Amino acid sequence: MKSFDAIVVGGGMLGAAVSYGLARARLRTALVDEGDVAFRAARGNFGLVWVQSKGDGCPEYAAWTRRSADDWAEFARELKDRTGVDVGHSRKGGFDLSFTEEDLRQREGLMTRLHDQAGGAFRFEMLDHRQLSELLPGLGPGVVGGSFCPLDGHANSLYLLRALHTAFQGLGGAYFPGSAVTRLAAKNGAFEVETGYQTLAAGRVVLAAGLANRDLAPQLGMEMPVHPLRGQIMVTERVRPFLDHPTAHVRQTVEGGLLLGDSKEDVGFDDGTTAPVMKEIARRATRAFPFLKSARIVRAWGALRVMTPDGFPVYARSAAYPGAFAIACHSGVTLAAAHAGPMADCIVGGRLPDDVAVLGPERFHAA
Amino acid sequence: MLRRIAPQGGIAGVTLYFEGAAVTVPAGTTVAAALLQAGAASFRDTAVTGSPRGPYCMMGVCFDCLVEIDGQPNRQACLTVALNGMRVERQRGAALLDPKAGEGA
Repeated sequence: MKSFDAIVVGGGMLGAAVSYGLARARLRTALVDEGDVAFRAARGNFGLVWVQSKGDGCPEYAAWTRRSADDWAEFARELKDRTGVDVGHSRKGGFDLSFTEEDLRQREGLMTRLHDQAGGAFRFEMLDHRQLSELLPGLGPGVVGGSFCPLDGHANSLYLLRALHTAFQGLGGAYFPGSAVTRLAAKNGAFEVETGYQTLAAGRVVLAAGLANRDLAPQLGMEMPVHPLRGQIMVTERVRPFLDHPTAHVRQTVEGGLLLGDSKEDVGFDDGTTAPVMKEIARRATRAFPFLKSARIVRAWGALRVMTPDGFPVYARSAAYPGAFAIACHSGVTLAAAHAGPMADCIVGGRLPDDVAVLGPERFHAA
Repeated sequence: MLRRIAPQGGIAGVTLYFEGAAVTVPAGTTVAAALLQAGAASFRDTAVTGSPRGPYCMMGVCFDCLVEIDGQPNRQACLTVALNGMRVERQRGAALLDPKAGEGA
């Protein structure tokens, strides 16, 4: 049996970020990853580092999001220094576009609530069509207005996943691919993690296995009520840069390709694509930017987001088995800096950050 | 380097123009095969660094054979059958989409 200071189960965006943070804190860390047969939400990201719209009714989540977004530039620099991988982070502010006056009114309501609950730490502007047109070239006449948040940014999520894995292994972290976990057990204050190939042991274990957390977490006395929510994304050919800011539905990568997305479907464990949803995504994208009608789509995919009952992250610390943690969220890119930083640093000390004290699974049982 | 192995005789030819020069190939030949036969090693310059690229997979996967065909950028030469009179140009960097093209729509 191989022994470590910590074992992280799940090599996606959450698991890789926490593993990197633990290895950076000099814990001998094992990262156990199911492999390419897994429902990899981390391969289907849109790549937003997004603050606006996060945490309505949960100021702690909104603040946790802002903290991560604020740390992102330094986080990206550090990954570049360690791995040479440029994750393409930029933070010039982002837009959410409204197509009807009613949508725009609702958007302003949401942004105002976020501003009020954050006591001014959340900043935004509401813009009309004319103001938006000055910032977003080729904006369609169907866009009546939108919100702008200077705290928003974006990054290449595939490079991010690669950089995290590379940095983790560069720090001496042990990566176990193709290793679905078959059993978890607590023995004499330590944890055993069985895969098809080997048994690993450590004093700390972090479950970051996405949708599989639902079944894994109860084995160590935690609950993790996650369910799949499918998102479909289309990518266009690379075209010359024209869109300096990401929007919630369309963003241009540093390489020039356009990502079109933000569909939400409750279809169980089906990660395929469908023509009606792709058609709707294309319709919305070309309403926002009519000239995109001549852009060629080169790829499309579906991915299963990890969704929680209230949409906010769940961070669990096992009361029955101290040293065991389970984490899940649907914003793995935005929160990557927080997961690699304060989250990992606190787990080293056997606890969760105070920032996320209200984000445990107990909240789903509150009267 | 990719080269043609099928015999060429006895098949009606089509003529396309690559960077203005006529290239005649058997009917049914792809644009990529035609350009290779004409001696072109690279078809495009990449969108990010401007590095030269030519066909690699010849089956629609690698996107390294992109060319401009009759004014349309980023066409996959290996998936496009050569036709008489086709105007094929190198794909130089990223395609330019004109934001003004949608105005008044």
